[in-house]
Amino acid sequence: MEEKIPAVTMRDITKSFGSVIANDRIWLNIYRGEVLALLGENGSGKTTLMNMLSGIYFPDEGQISIDGRDVVIRSPRDALDLGIGMIHQHFKLVDVLTAAENIVLGLEGKLDLKAAAEKIRGICETYGFEVDPNQKIYDMSVSQKQTVEIVKVLYRGADILILDEPTAVLTPQETDRLFTVLRNMRDDGKAIVIITHKMHEVEAISDRVAILRHGQFMGDMPTKDTNAQEMTNMMVGHQVALNIDRPEPVDPKLRIRVKGLTVRSVDGILKLDDVSFTANSGEILGVAGISGCGQKELLEAIAGLQPVEKGSIEYLKDDGTAEQLVGRDPLSIQQMGVALSFVPEDRLGMGLVANMDLSDNMMLRSFRRGHSLFTDRKTPRQLALDVVEELRVVTPGVSTPVRRLSGGNVQKVLVGREIASAPTVLLTAYAVRGLDINSSHTIYDLINRQKKAGVAVIYVGEDLDVLLELADRILVLCGGKVSGIIPGRGAQKRDVGMMMTKLGGNAHEQ
Amino acid sequence: MNSKTRTPLFHVSKRGLMPWYKTWAIRGLGLLLAVIACGLITTLVTGQNPLQVYAAIFNGSFGSPRKIWVLLQNIAMLLCVSLAVTPAFRMRCWNLGGEGQALIGGLAAAACMILLPGRLPNWAVIACMCVASLAAGALWAAIPAIFKAKWNTNETLFTLMMNYVATQLVAFYCVVWESPKGSGTIGVINSKTEIGWFPQIGSYKYLLNILIVAAVCILMYVYLNYSKHGYEIAVVGESERTARYVGIKVERVIVRTMLLSGALCGLAGLLLVGSTNHTLTTTIVDGRGFTAVMVSWLAKFNPIWMILTSFLLVFLGRGAGEIATKFGLNRSFGDILTGVILFFIIGSEFFINYQIHFRKSGEREGKGSV
Repeated sequence: MEEKIPAVTMRDITKSFGSVIANDRIWLNIYRGEVLALLGENGSGKTTLMNMLSGIYFPDEGQISIDGRDVVIRSPRDALDLGIGMIHQHFKLVDVLTAAENIVLGLEGKLDLKAAAEKIRGICETYGFEVDPNQKIYDMSVSQKQTVEIVKVLYRGADILILDEPTAVLTPQETDRLFTVLRNMRDDGKAIVIITHKMHEVEAISDRVAILRHGQFMGDMPTKDTNAQEMTNMMVGHQVALNIDRPEPVDPKLRIRVKGLTVRSVDGILKLDDVSFTANSGEILGVAGISGCGQKELLEAIAGLQPVEKGSIEYLKDDGTAEQLVGRDPLSIQQMGVALSFVPEDRLGMGLVANMDLSDNMMLRSFRRGHSLFTDRKTPRQLALDVVEELRVVTPGVSTPVRRLSGGNVQKVLVGREIASAPTVLLTAYAVRGLDINSSHTIYDLINRQKKAGVAVIYVGEDLDVLLELADRILVLCGGKVSGIIPGRGAQKRDVGMMMTKLGGNAHEQ
Repeated sequence: MNSKTRTPLFHVSKRGLMPWYKTWAIRGLGLLLAVIACGLITTLVTGQNPLQVYAAIFNGSFGSPRKIWVLLQNIAMLLCVSLAVTPAFRMRCWNLGGEGQALIGGLAAAACMILLPGRLPNWAVIACMCVASLAAGALWAAIPAIFKAKWNTNETLFTLMMNYVATQLVAFYCVVWESPKGSGTIGVINSKTEIGWFPQIGSYKYLLNILIVAAVCILMYVYLNYSKHGYEIAVVGESERTARYVGIKVERVIVRTMLLSGALCGLAGLLLVGSTNHTLTTTIVDGRGFTAVMVSWLAKFNPIWMILTSFLLVFLGRGAGEIATKFGLNRSFGDILTGVILFFIIGSEFFINYQIHFRKSGEREGKGSV
């Protein structure tokens, strides 16, 4: 037989959480020397399926075989013994230890860091990683941390690698580097599974795609035989338009003027350095940058959550009068009559209260209204019902704690609440991070509708392709400084990528 | 499918939401199993007839009208301290200083009873006692609260240490105000004039306390669940960052809530000194500041459920005392039984949140499926 024996076969895998069936009799083969892209909307069961392979969950039913042999994976240790390693979205590294220390952490046997460092260098050389075994984790960039995670599982002998949305935190350049490494590993005969939402990455890296929808296996095929549109349709179950609308701004007026903004973190690290820009009504200002380049601090400074060292943030009313926002907290900004809405990066840790239900979360913005000692529960409940209906939030009801919703639905609740207060300024941070195509487009539509209604939108994004399609102007941050502000129409991805990594990019950009 | 391979004997997975009657079926079953386990232990260890032991436990609380009143009074006092710590707990601020806050409230009340007669009429003494006790309790909670709000100190350790300060202060004043001289105890204060003694309702000594605490219980329920303050407490407790994000002044909420918490502990001290005992000792609060933690947690910080959990703990405690005297058993044996019962009650929460799958598929065995 010329047919390859799969490295992993998952047969009839079923897993339910309470009454929700996350995986429904899924069959999946993973081969060596191949990159498999696992596709599906949020909540379609991709991560659950991979968690069962890596020993985090145990399937309710079904059988997993490795190299044709039936196995039982009870724990991540079992998985590693079988050569399965998973790189999670959230890194599990100890900050104060070095790369090498993190990599050998938890391994049995004598601790020999020198030998370990040697072996790590060997692995890096084979696949083209760049890791200094003696560098501390807290000194590393996100992409370096990710590299350490990958080396960690390789060090432990994994030859079946699962990467859960590895590119979500990377710049285009870093993504390219990761893909080079993945190709090297594939050519070395390793089996690689990558979970991602970005279609162009699927096309760039994968040899085969497998698609899940609502916990069911929809099929798999060689990547070269399909295209983004077809894959999307299979994922979603109906036709989806993939292009993003960018209406011309109507009557833009100066709304936010930031001058010389300088912000330090609690530890005294310079986060924003002399940042100046303006944002107009009826316009989307995209903010691009490698993660951690001051985007978070920028939005939080405008929202009154971040102490400012120097500089000014002015809010310009329709009649042209300017209000200073620096030195005010969110409450006093609100009391000043500035209708500012903020969709923060950390949805469940900042924007919403995970354990509260939908209507109580709606109340966060409105509970102070009125002079009564008691809260008004009817209005927020009605708002929750409206948001659920208008944005098609999938939830058992408005009394469900938001932590039980899937990522996309959580975001719809948050965005729904923030735009319900008819803002004049809308700040969004990574509004579509972790969201599937369908939900992402819902959010783009919502943002565009706000823009058309005359809202000044500041959109911090990580997916450059989206930024280039959505934003009217793009502000590029690099290490806390403004690397450039360019028109969104006609901007080149390569140039923006360069500006993200180097101040001013290729210098001749304006 | 072809399960000829070694699957594990069982594995645990999280349950979804369960209807309320199922969760209560599990809890009821847990209690039933606890009672059976206690019976077995009793028979095996002491040779006593478990039924007689149960009867004795029951009699310890319901044996006579007096015992019922004592039971209710004890429930009321425990509930009062539990209600006091609950707003702080809802805010995820672990006020373990209920003991000290109640004690210092009692000290303030006793001070008024001892120092003010002769200068003020009785009603004014009582009014002063009320104000002083609540303020003292509030102060005792405010100190750790301010430190937490300003410098993010650990409130658990801080409140805990404040307990010892309070105990030592009371021990000191017990000597200062000792009566008769040389006894080292205060004895019954104003036993002749009864100044500062709270009025009795009819012939029921404890009724006033019980009514006050019942009112506090309802008010607390409303405060926590329906007021703007209650909502702020919940938001701060769940996520300080969210609270700041929507413009809640977190520091202010922490201090305000701890003031409330301390004041209500002070109320417990006031009732113990002014209404029940008319004296002050270092052990007058009797560990309620700590038992209250369990009462509040078992009831998941719900004031109404706390009536039930404080009843359970008081009932078990009194039953333990009863069997100790009746059967000549060590009092610790009663504590063992209390421990066994609590083990099952807390264990049933596990089965409410998780289910166990045994090897053969299709057979879902949690205790809940009964």
